Amino acid sequence: MLFERGIDAVEIITVPAKPAALEIVNTFIQEKLQTIDCSKHIRMQLKLAVEEIFVNISSYAYHPGIGQVEVGVLIDSDPPTVTIRFLDQGHPFNPLKQPDADISLSAQDREIGGLGILLVKKTMDQVNYTYENGKNILTIKKEIE
Amino acid sequence: MTINKIVEGDKMTLILEDRLDTTTAPQLENELKGSLCDIKELILDLNQLDYISSAGLRVLLAAQKQMTKQLGKMEIRNVNETVMEVFEITGFVDIIAIR
Repeated sequence: MLFERGIDAVEIITVPAKPAALEIVNTFIQEKLQTIDCSKHIRMQLKLAVEEIFVNISSYAYHPGIGQVEVGVLIDSDPPTVTIRFLDQGHPFNPLKQPDADISLSAQDREIGGLGILLVKKTMDQVNYTYENGKNILTIKKEIE
Repeated sequence: MTINKIVEGDKMTLILEDRLDTTTAPQLENELKGSLCDIKELILDLNQLDYISSAGLRVLLAAQKQMTKQLGKMEIRNVNETVMEVFEITGFVDIIAIR
């Protein structure tokens, strides 16, 4: 598991699974990133991955009901790495199992679905999904060079 | 997000500032919905745009489809490195004119 080390250092926030809570999650994560030397480019990539994942969870995980999302952040120093874990108790859903968006189609034939998770996969160093004890757990990891 | 709009005849330039994401994409969507119908040339200037997510891409794709349908053209200008990375990963560089 990605959180095997330094489990005590994980900082956690729990928010309603609503797209409107994205700002709270962003502020929480950007505050943690301010404590380390992290380029603007990587901060933006992390912000993007967090938005895509959080909006996906908050739009679909509990649909049509309501629920909560727990977001945990772990910053490791050796090697410098940011790990972010999303945990929800909604419908089991593995976003990594979905077919990648077909990016070879023309604009007219393009559908917009699947681009969010594609962006996450391409910008993060690791993306893992597990379903444990009724919980979807999606973890992303990014090395901060 | 701030949207500055310049219309000259059937040419419209929208200068987008800050970010085009889940929160702000509906703002651009509404702007386009209200003003695109008589436009033959749409220019989106992203010089001041720091950030885009798939929610923003969705609106750009819809605008491109709309412009094609009404036999107009659309062009995106002044894209920064972060936004360009998103266009490259998603293949938008191949389906939208970016200058």
